[in-house]
Amino acid sequence: MKFTWFNLMPWPYLPDDFRQQHRSVWVDIPNTLYDPRKGHHVYHTYLDQLEYAESLGFDGIGCNEHHQNGYGLMPSPNLIAATLSRRTSRAALCVIGNSIAGYNPPIRVAEEFAMLDVISGGRLIAGFPVGTSMDTNFCYGQIPALTRDKYREAHDMIMQAWAGEAPFAFDGKYNQLRWVNCWPKPIQKPHPPIYIPGGGSIETWDFCLDYDYNYSYLSFFGYLRGKSLLDGYWERVAKRGKDDSPYRAAFAQIICVADTDAQAEELYAEHCLYFFNRCLHIFPPFADPPGYRTMATVKYGALSQLTQARQKILENLTWKQLVEERFVIAGSPETVRQQLEECIKGLRIGHLFCLFHNGNMPDWKTRHSSKLFAEKVMPRLRDLWPEWKHDDRWWIHPMDERIRPEERRPGADKPGEEWPR
Amino acid sequence: MAALKYQTIDTRKGTRCRVLEGGSGAPVVFFHGAGGLLADNPFLDQLAQRYHVFAPEWPGYGESTGEELLEDMLDFALHGWDVIDALGLSRPHLVGHSMGGMIAAEMACLAPRDLDKLALVAAAGLWMDEHPIPDIFALLPFQLAELLFDDPQKGQALLTGGADLSDMEALKEFYLVSQRRLAMAGKVLFPIPNRRLSKRLYRLTAPTLILWGAADRLIVPAYAARWQALIPAARVEMVEGAAHMLPYERPEAFVRAVGGFLG
Repeated sequence: MKFTWFNLMPWPYLPDDFRQQHRSVWVDIPNTLYDPRKGHHVYHTYLDQLEYAESLGFDGIGCNEHHQNGYGLMPSPNLIAATLSRRTSRAALCVIGNSIAGYNPPIRVAEEFAMLDVISGGRLIAGFPVGTSMDTNFCYGQIPALTRDKYREAHDMIMQAWAGEAPFAFDGKYNQLRWVNCWPKPIQKPHPPIYIPGGGSIETWDFCLDYDYNYSYLSFFGYLRGKSLLDGYWERVAKRGKDDSPYRAAFAQIICVADTDAQAEELYAEHCLYFFNRCLHIFPPFADPPGYRTMATVKYGALSQLTQARQKILENLTWKQLVEERFVIAGSPETVRQQLEECIKGLRIGHLFCLFHNGNMPDWKTRHSSKLFAEKVMPRLRDLWPEWKHDDRWWIHPMDERIRPEERRPGADKPGEEWPR
Repeated sequence: MAALKYQTIDTRKGTRCRVLEGGSGAPVVFFHGAGGLLADNPFLDQLAQRYHVFAPEWPGYGESTGEELLEDMLDFALHGWDVIDALGLSRPHLVGHSMGGMIAAEMACLAPRDLDKLALVAAAGLWMDEHPIPDIFALLPFQLAELLFDDPQKGQALLTGGADLSDMEALKEFYLVSQRRLAMAGKVLFPIPNRRLSKRLYRLTAPTLILWGAADRLIVPAYAARWQALIPAARVEMVEGAAHMLPYERPEAFVRAVGGFLG
């Protein structure tokens, strides 16, 4: 198993009556709720946590892209990954990812990801999400019905740019470049591992399988609800004649570890409820504009936004419900281990994106939970897939002789220091 | 009274379109807006008493298909002419409502000699920073009628064709149909319904009517003045007691104004 410590970087100062006063945490949330001076501390706290996670032995540290929201403060995940690349040297930098339909031209993503891969010595995991409709359509103005087509084209341009050894012309429907010539190029060959965060559309499954990309199911509603979806994915994998390596799939899970189950509630309940009540408070039409999902997918889950059942659930959530329905895996190290084993085996996943910081959780609690997990849970879940132990197709391949920037000091002024040959 | 009937035509590009047709007289092609034709279209029935009326449904609406073939405004405008070709019409009058007006105006700029007169009813296609048009892609279903009709209660009944939306199955069906339509409309209306038509309006030579509901809350009447500024020869008429859905809200006023203009 590979464990990646993920921070969504929520804004922790949303007021108690946020739900009543505002219709959405995304898109049109007043930016008067953001205070840049507090933001300074928030960013550094979150970045410190990601670096701390490496020191605890997590395999990867993760970030993602969202816009105009109080849910996640990373409009540019590449900036976050860049700072991490200078203060870490071992963990994978998991950028899940750049919402490539919104980049103009998408070659920018090929360049920035290549920069990150080179600076980090080959530690980049490159994620290519379509992006939520809040981000891609309402904040970044992409036409919903054409978003997926544009996404595919951006993907093609980036992958061709990484593979190309001579300048070439790219004559796309949305992007035309006479000279595509990616400088720098990534260290990892043929390219960094590619992760595709997805919902339940069969098109995404096939896309991952066509290219052998990792399929990452990012949900906040736990493995009990995620199971039917991942079952569908694995059925598709079998149907396509692919091997069933668990490393083909990743899942995100909120995890809270304490000494006892009771203590977990005491320490973490309010922060998890903050996350579900405020950070997921999204005006339903922003989440599902006409054309963003394919008609087949719409037919499948037609009423998800209309009934607003989901929003109702969030409004009245209790800690008991969060834990029982496994939206949150919380408790003593043993409780967490049991439930996670069930999650990992049930979903057949080789990668777990672990969410330890939730909502407005203070730094010390986040670290406490992460440390207990790293010491008492992670070692016991490491070898759940012994038969796939050597399958590293979806993991980073850093260069051995890489620099450890966090240990370097400035002042290399001696003569005789040349570029390595 | 001439009853309108549906017929189906195929365009050379490969779309299959359902067209509501009836009446006799000079040909009038009516292009509907983002919400599509409703179950009842009394203004078309009345118009058909004086004209030969054709009301094609855009691909993605009703039984018209081929939506994947139309991606941008040029595709939509050429499709409009393809439909007219397929119907075998020569120099028809064009009447467009809302999004349909935007496309009709675009068609008239592309091929100014191929139409007789142009009537734009609460037409989309222009943008004024001082009058931002509400985002129709970010509305809860119940908000639509309030935005579109002078009398929202009556409007809600018109929009749903009398279906009871507290019934889950009816709601689901309504939702699916509406998602399909607006996905298509988004190609020319999202995120801002302005595809730079104003740059091309100088080409327009057809006599033009700008018809507006005085109570329009979606595209406010200030836009009628903007259209007239861009088409100086155009005639502007305001209809009291009507909002954005003027043809449905005040069919007799619509027919009086359009008929008076077309002659």
